[in-house]
Amino acid sequence: MSKVRVLVGTRKGAFILTSDGKREKWDISGPHFAGWEMYHLKGSPADPNRIYASQTSGWFGQIIQRSDDGGKTWVQPGTPPGEKPAPGPPKAASNKFVYDVSPETGKPLTTHQFYDGTQHPWEFKRVWHLEPSLTDPNTVYAGVEDAAIFRSTDGGENWKELPGLRGHGTGPKWQPGAGGMCLHTIILDPSNPQRMWIAISAAGAFRTDDGGKSWKPINRGLRSQYIPDPNAEIGHCVHHVAMNPKRPGVLFMQKHWDVMRSDDAGDNWKEVSGNLPTDFGFVIDVHAHEPETIYVVPIKSDSEHYVHEGKLRVFRSRSGGNEWEALTKGLPQKDCYVNVLRDAMAVDSLDKCGIYFGTTGGQVYCSADAGDSWNPIVRDLPAVLSVEVQTLA
Amino acid sequence: MIRVILPQHLRNLAHVDAEVTLDVEAPVTQRSVLDALEARYPMLRGAIRDHDTLERRPFLRFFACEEDLSHEPPDAPLPDAVASGKEPFLVIGAIAGG
Repeated sequence: MSKVRVLVGTRKGAFILTSDGKREKWDISGPHFAGWEMYHLKGSPADPNRIYASQTSGWFGQIIQRSDDGGKTWVQPGTPPGEKPAPGPPKAASNKFVYDVSPETGKPLTTHQFYDGTQHPWEFKRVWHLEPSLTDPNTVYAGVEDAAIFRSTDGGENWKELPGLRGHGTGPKWQPGAGGMCLHTIILDPSNPQRMWIAISAAGAFRTDDGGKSWKPINRGLRSQYIPDPNAEIGHCVHHVAMNPKRPGVLFMQKHWDVMRSDDAGDNWKEVSGNLPTDFGFVIDVHAHEPETIYVVPIKSDSEHYVHEGKLRVFRSRSGGNEWEALTKGLPQKDCYVNVLRDAMAVDSLDKCGIYFGTTGGQVYCSADAGDSWNPIVRDLPAVLSVEVQTLA
Repeated sequence: MIRVILPQHLRNLAHVDAEVTLDVEAPVTQRSVLDALEARYPMLRGAIRDHDTLERRPFLRFFACEEDLSHEPPDAPLPDAVASGKEPFLVIGAIAGG
């Protein structure tokens, strides 16, 4: 029978929630890495027992953790516990994210726009998102703050920037959002290994068609009142982008304000906010089997980061946007003031499709019927930063 | 023998329970102690000092003999009591964040 494994990153550790295909009874393990901010955990599609995790701290910096047994045990890649130190300088490089400024990269950038409008040097702060390769368990991409994309091809032991993203020319116009200048979304194209999409707050969405060597901004159709030119090529605060892997190139975006879709791999976007009560929000995801069924959690506003009217409501559109229905069964409908952060929603691939999301109040909700009804898996975790799901045979 | 006391999170990373003892050749300085610490526990590399610049991470402090040595030059000799092992060298996480 199929199983699901839900990987939850929180402000104070990681938790792993497992259940059978009914998704009614859950085993909870954790906290793993207690006390650390766990920005993201994600399993390899090529080897579900291989899980990568971003462990971070304002005090101690960035740590990369890897599990090869489905989250039971973890190592920092390259430095397993008990390993005797080799002669020579320490080799730990799994937490070494150094921006590429080599002449070979063409136009290495050294500054971006800071909060006060001045130019500011790039400074590595943390890994927001880890995206394992679809085919190779040892290859994984990392989206980091300050915004850049790195790749490891040795299971997370060493990381190298794909500098064409920062180097393509618009970097000085990128600026941090309230959460920092982060590259938070990485989408791999299962039909074209050379193509991927990324998104940055606050710069916008970008696409590569040559395996990460070169990138182009794909923000035509986005309109943002908070930048001097609302239709600018760069500067949009994209919060998250989602794609059904069975339909590559059709993308759905939750922008700071506005829910958007693109049917041409991001070349053009149109707004599909429709009848949403507010179109500010962070998460967006797509049903595993119905590529026109999408989910968002509207948040009241950019100055009030909690759900609208004190009601925790997931909104579902079965028409790819514009027409939305509120999903409320099992969710609190009064006195609720939580947020759902950008990486904190995921879907499984069972039938019926399971939808999962975590809140800043520490609840992780599951719907085993594509959103019709919801149950909390856990209610009292630390604030949830990320939720990913693995569907296991 | 140099004694080093780490904060809880770094002890967990290094898989040590109590204070760490290190052999460090003279002169005993912040740099030589941290070099020896990272050589013994490479998983701590980058968690105390920046990978590239080797500068102390901003929210960490180095204490010894009831003094804050955080702003001392990294190659300045540490107190004799640290060099002799009588007193530990403490890596402290700054109190911040509530």
